Amino acid sequence: MRLLIIEDDRDAADYIARAFREVGHVADQAPDGEEGLALAVDRQYDVLIVDRMLPKRDGLSVIGELRAKGIETPVLILSALGQVDDRVKGLRAGGDDYLPKPYSFSELLARVEVLARRRGGRGEETVYRVADLELDRLSHQIRRGKQDIDLQPREFRLLEYLMKHAGQVVTRTMLLENVWDYHFDPQTNVIDVHISRLRSKIDKGFSQPLLHTIRGAGYMIRDK
Amino acid sequence: MTNDLVTTGARPAAEHSPPAGWLRGGRARLKALIWPRLSALGKLSNTTAFKLTLVYLTVFALFAACLLAYFAWNTRRLITEQITRTVDAEITGLSEQYNQGGIRRLVFIIDSRARRPGSSLYLVATPTGDGLAGNVGLLGEGVLEQTGWTETVYRRLDDPEGTEHHALVRVFQLPSGFRLLVGRDLDERERLYDVILGAGQWSIALVIVLGLAGGFFVARRVLQRVDAMTETSRTIMAGDLSGRLPTAGSDDELDRLAVNLNVMLERIEALMRGFKEVSDNIAHDLKTPLTRLRNRAEEALRTGKGESDYRAALESTIEESDELIRTFNALLMIARAESGQASTPMTEFDAAEIARGVGELYDPLADDKGLTLRIEAGDNLAARGNRELVTQALANLVDNAIKYARPHKLDASGTPADVLVEARREGDHIALSVSDRGPGIASADRGRAVQRFVRLEQSRSEPGSGLGLSLASAVAHLHGGELRLEDNGPGLKATLVLPRGGPQLPQPSE
Repeated sequence: MRLLIIEDDRDAADYIARAFREVGHVADQAPDGEEGLALAVDRQYDVLIVDRMLPKRDGLSVIGELRAKGIETPVLILSALGQVDDRVKGLRAGGDDYLPKPYSFSELLARVEVLARRRGGRGEETVYRVADLELDRLSHQIRRGKQDIDLQPREFRLLEYLMKHAGQVVTRTMLLENVWDYHFDPQTNVIDVHISRLRSKIDKGFSQPLLHTIRGAGYMIRDK
Repeated sequence: MTNDLVTTGARPAAEHSPPAGWLRGGRARLKALIWPRLSALGKLSNTTAFKLTLVYLTVFALFAACLLAYFAWNTRRLITEQITRTVDAEITGLSEQYNQGGIRRLVFIIDSRARRPGSSLYLVATPTGDGLAGNVGLLGEGVLEQTGWTETVYRRLDDPEGTEHHALVRVFQLPSGFRLLVGRDLDERERLYDVILGAGQWSIALVIVLGLAGGFFVARRVLQRVDAMTETSRTIMAGDLSGRLPTAGSDDELDRLAVNLNVMLERIEALMRGFKEVSDNIAHDLKTPLTRLRNRAEEALRTGKGESDYRAALESTIEESDELIRTFNALLMIARAESGQASTPMTEFDAAEIARGVGELYDPLADDKGLTLRIEAGDNLAARGNRELVTQALANLVDNAIKYARPHKLDASGTPADVLVEARREGDHIALSVSDRGPGIASADRGRAVQRFVRLEQSRSEPGSGLGLSLASAVAHLHGGELRLEDNGPGLKATLVLPRGGPQLPQPSE
């Protein structure tokens, strides 16, 4: 995956770039809005990571300019402004995801990977399959092997989101945002409880567990 | 000043001729003495009230002057008219007498009339200009030669002092060439005219003097109040935020302004107090975990034996810093909610949906702790506000309730749940409440419980930042509502009461 990090804080940018390279991605850096815009127009990237407050040209204006030029590369906005209306403003300007600072790298990585695969992803499929687990998005039926599984509506949406991003790490915040549409910190790890309920319904009694906890990051549904 | 002069005079001879510096000093002292008065006068005359008075005064004086001038002129005209009419009538009568009885009769009549006190002026003259009868001694040059109306000086024959007066006269030529002059003295007219003009001038002068005095008085009163307000605002600016502007209770515009400013000051004071509390509490409650964080890192460096030790230390460091970030975010959120609604987007939302959503999110958590959570949400609970903030506030309350609730023995008939999440209407408000069966909060502590970081003794053992209730309270205030804490007997019932129409602008307390 090829990334462009537009961030004026040298240390932060270096740190992210290094971390992405360690997990096998290619990361370019731009220290200001103008250079970032030029690079993003010039080269092909899978995801752009854009800081909101940048010298020369602010982050939202970079995104606006890119979208105006018809460049639809997914954009993740980084911002020290973490409030509700700031996020809404960022997404309205053409951003695809919004991550308030400070963030953990695992959160950033998980979100960037989801963004990168979104275009070629399984959004259009009507049936998601992971190993012998099957989820029908139209009839809302779930089967594991030969057994029907009964889920609450919210559990269904939780599983649907996890299966849509099968093989990818999904963080707790991502689940809270995408499954519940809540954008705040629920203090207690309520998500963990929901996951363990779901796990008991789809994994209990089967030899091969599918729903895995990724330490320090989140959860993942995968075959092996 | 006189004191200074005396002491100067008593100085030794060498100092008798005062140096130039003394003169300057004296002048400066004089200036110092007079200047404050002058500048006070300048300040007074610089007030809006005084300037307005001046404008009104000028306009009023001009009007009065015009009115008086018109009045005087008209009076004069009327008197002239009356004189003309009298003289005309007399001339008609006299010429008739002449026609009937000739010059003899005319002379006779005029003689008798001229002797009456306060009579008109009469003169009968021959065609050559010699007087035959009448009471006029001296006349202006060439008056008799010209028939018709003339204003002239004259002297009365019967006037012992022989002073000159003014008169309006008419010269009439009789058929035989004799000339008849009849006139009236004009002094009365002039006197009346002068009296009116004089009275007018005086009254205008009086108006100006009184007006100026009134203007000064009004301006001084206004200025005194404004000065008092300025004085108070200065002490407030100097840092004493508890000061309030004086109000006279008269409900005039200055009073209303003062009342409004006081409301504003109250708000500022509350904000500043909040700000101070935040910084105090940040200092107190963030320093503790920061110190812990630092100590742990230091200890790992000092005693760490291998990779696994370091890893464990780093992991706990990250955990600890995540907790710090969480606390910090909550603090920011509260500060933002408290700073007012200007930047918070408000939309229509359904309180029932929020109650159901939050209840459902926390239900498994309650279940894990062996608690039952029940949701009771009515219909038609639309309200205006920030959906996310209200959701977050309710989530905090539910989170708290689950933390402190104790499992309650259920009998067969289904007694109240351990945690009850309710949404209902209360008149113009909607109420979102969370009741638990935990230890509750003693009524004496309830006020304190919504303050930041306050964690009542019994709750110290539970994890959390202690910001849940204060955040809920801040969100309620942002919406123009309140957070109500009640006894649930046993337990706590926390209710977010929000106006359905959203926040209203703060009204000055009447």
